[in-house]
Amino acid sequence: MSIEWYIVLSSLLFATGAVGILIRRSPVVILLCLELMLNAGNLALIAFSRMLGNEEGQVFALVVMVVAACEVVVGLGLIVAIFRRRLPLDVDALRELRG
Amino acid sequence: MVPVLFFGAALGALGGAVGVIATRNPFYGVLALIVHLVSLAVLFLLLSAAFLAAAQVVVYAGAVIVLYVFVVAYIGGGEESAWEPIPGQRLLAPLLGLALLVELAIAVLASSLLALGTDGPDVGPGFGDPASIGTLLLEKFLIPFEASSILLLLAAVGAVVLAGRRRDGDAGTPSERFAREERPPSGDSSPTQHRRVASEEGVPVAPSRGTTS
Repeated sequence: MSIEWYIVLSSLLFATGAVGILIRRSPVVILLCLELMLNAGNLALIAFSRMLGNEEGQVFALVVMVVAACEVVVGLGLIVAIFRRRLPLDVDALRELRG
Repeated sequence: MVPVLFFGAALGALGGAVGVIATRNPFYGVLALIVHLVSLAVLFLLLSAAFLAAAQVVVYAGAVIVLYVFVVAYIGGGEESAWEPIPGQRLLAPLLGLALLVELAIAVLASSLLALGTDGPDVGPGFGDPASIGTLLLEKFLIPFEASSILLLLAAVGAVVLAGRRRDGDAGTPSERFAREERPPSGDSSPTQHRRVASEEGVPVAPSRGTTS
């Protein structure tokens, strides 16, 4: 399979994740869509690493994976904190950042 | 064989992605994300990134998804309330997504990377296996590796601070809470003072009891 196919698939996945972030309002689902976009970026990184024939892009993708894990941990911690305060889990209702 | 695997995995990845954004219940969204991630791991294997495929399955499908499932089970996977908070959001959002896709397509088509149309160069069997990635990670990219470990530690501490249980309901931010716990309360209610007062009272009591007996 030529590398182009992977890049096309990666841009499709990225656009899908972006649409998800725009149309969904639950913070959990927005985090899931963020995962989709990060994974699309990972796929592009690995495809380019294969195209160039060196493995440094894969190390880059590994670092992206670490950052995604950190983002999930902090984001889910925030969601649990919001839930504990009995605030609505809806990004349109949570307009203000002040406690 | 490779095209069959590629298109199967690509369909799985796209279907999983659409499932994530289309299901009302977040729990089904998490399940669709598992399909997406496993299909991506197959694609990584096709791109001869064996270590990353394993890491994808272990880290994402093993750890991150479990975290998501626990949080969705904790907050209750309720359906979202009514649509249309902003007028025309359902119409505008897919349009913006389509615009993003067109932009990406233009970027891919207009790129002057001649190797995009090829399969990539022939690589040896050791390309992307754990040994070579580990060597690269610990020799050339040692500082990013250490920085990402510090980032993971900070994220774990931050999650504990954010999601830690509060004793007095929902009053105060975490920093206020720490300040309240560390500062001794005003007045005589400090435990050390209590202990000292008790011992001072205890000293005269014993001789007085001895004199009465």
